[in-house]
Amino acid sequence: MAGGEHFFRQYDIELESMRSNILRMGGLAESQLKTALDAFETANIELADSVIAADRRVNDLQIELDRMVNHVIARRQPTASDLRLIMGIAKTITDLERVGDEASKIARAAKWLKDKSSNFRMNRIPDLHQTGEIAARMLHRALDAFARLDGLAAASIIRDDAGIDDRFRAMLRQLITYMMEDPRSISSAIDTVWVAKAIERVGDHAKNIAEHVIFIAHGTDVRHASPEEVERAVSQG
Amino acid sequence: MSDRMMTAQASTGHAIHIGAMDRAAAAEATTPTRTTLAVRNLNLYYGSMQALKNIDLEIPHNRITAFIGPSGCGKSTLLRCFNRMNDLVDICRIEGEILLDGKNIMDRDVNVAQLRRRVGMVFQKPNPFPKSIYENVAYGLRIVGIDNKAVLDETVEKALRRAALWDEVKDRLQISGMSLSGGQQQRLVIARAIALEPEVLLLDEPCSALDPIATAKVEELISELKDKYTIVIVTHNMQQAARVSDFTAYMYLGEMLEFGATDQVFIKPKKKHTEDYITGRFG
Repeated sequence: MAGGEHFFRQYDIELESMRSNILRMGGLAESQLKTALDAFETANIELADSVIAADRRVNDLQIELDRMVNHVIARRQPTASDLRLIMGIAKTITDLERVGDEASKIARAAKWLKDKSSNFRMNRIPDLHQTGEIAARMLHRALDAFARLDGLAAASIIRDDAGIDDRFRAMLRQLITYMMEDPRSISSAIDTVWVAKAIERVGDHAKNIAEHVIFIAHGTDVRHASPEEVERAVSQG
Repeated sequence: MSDRMMTAQASTGHAIHIGAMDRAAAAEATTPTRTTLAVRNLNLYYGSMQALKNIDLEIPHNRITAFIGPSGCGKSTLLRCFNRMNDLVDICRIEGEILLDGKNIMDRDVNVAQLRRRVGMVFQKPNPFPKSIYENVAYGLRIVGIDNKAVLDETVEKALRRAALWDEVKDRLQISGMSLSGGQQQRLVIARAIALEPEVLLLDEPCSALDPIATAKVEELISELKDKYTIVIVTHNMQQAARVSDFTAYMYLGEMLEFGATDQVFIKPKKKHTEDYITGRFG
């Protein structure tokens, strides 16, 4: 990445403002996710409502950041590392907005739980809780890697996504077993499948953000590459 | 199959086809072809001042190569070497080789007039002769001994068509070339250069005196001409280099710091110096 300042100081100010806004948006989405997981685990309606309300702020930041992306492309014609940063930001915005949507889905599932008999609540499946924490940590690390434009850190996140996918499949098997054993659990189990899927999608978005970080920092498009290929690309600079 | 499905399939098929064509065209544009001009260890001095330092470069055949870099970096000086315009500067001394299709154009036995016929040049400011549009284009042809009216008529029309000017001037070929607009004058000068069927076309800041619409027309013309000519363009306008060229060379203080496919140079330059220049940063 180029380190110096632009001849146009205003350009530096604009890029810096975009970077700080995307980290703000990421922070909001991350906190939305953690609160949603808590709301689901405790079936807390107030917490769930606060997650749904917070989605509005994430959406507002998405619109503001999109406007800034358009502004910089139209006015500055970014090139090289600036171009990669703008492209990376444009894609990261979409991923973060979707993390917000997934958090809202989890929050809505928490509200539905209230209507279920406590015998069939699936909100305390240990794997679900752990996988949610892992996904939240992955998102946090992806945002850290974005803040530092650290390709090596981003590469390690991409490797970890496979773990979340494995956990999701394991939870699915577990929930299918519940449903087969006691059909009265089907409704709750299906709600829980949606939550598990939302967590798995958050892992995918964290992985996407990590891929954008590598593109920004190294100029290499590592989408659809294996974790080994990603690490090779990053270590080659 | 319903009409809607057939339409959707047809439109999807079309989109895929176009996408594949775009990728193929992009890949073809940056696939190295044979080399038209090869520069080998070129050093150029104006008196005691060294303006070009150890330049090694291969300019691909029928592609557009842009030279970019800050003022005084030597890009115009290098361009002028390709048709030996620097011969006109008394204090200029050149070492090294410039091979045009394998022949060193710096050799003593090279006929410079013939070389300039093979390597045409267009300058920053349009410089039509104070003659009619027709005579501007026919001028070079007459010099090389073509005076058959039918041949001249045909060649003038062909050159003006290729320079995307024919439709605008076909009914007034006898008016002065000086009466055209700046953009038209520049295309007239390009028509004059290509009438002689050069192999290489050198463009030294060809759009810097033109408004955006005239610039767009000249850029469109440059893109169309690359099927027939090897084009080298010097430009201060980096967006112009990004828009029109297949390859970009970045020069600084007389050295060629980076040469590569234009997409590579503008998306992922190899050198920090290139990065700083094209992103507009303090080095």
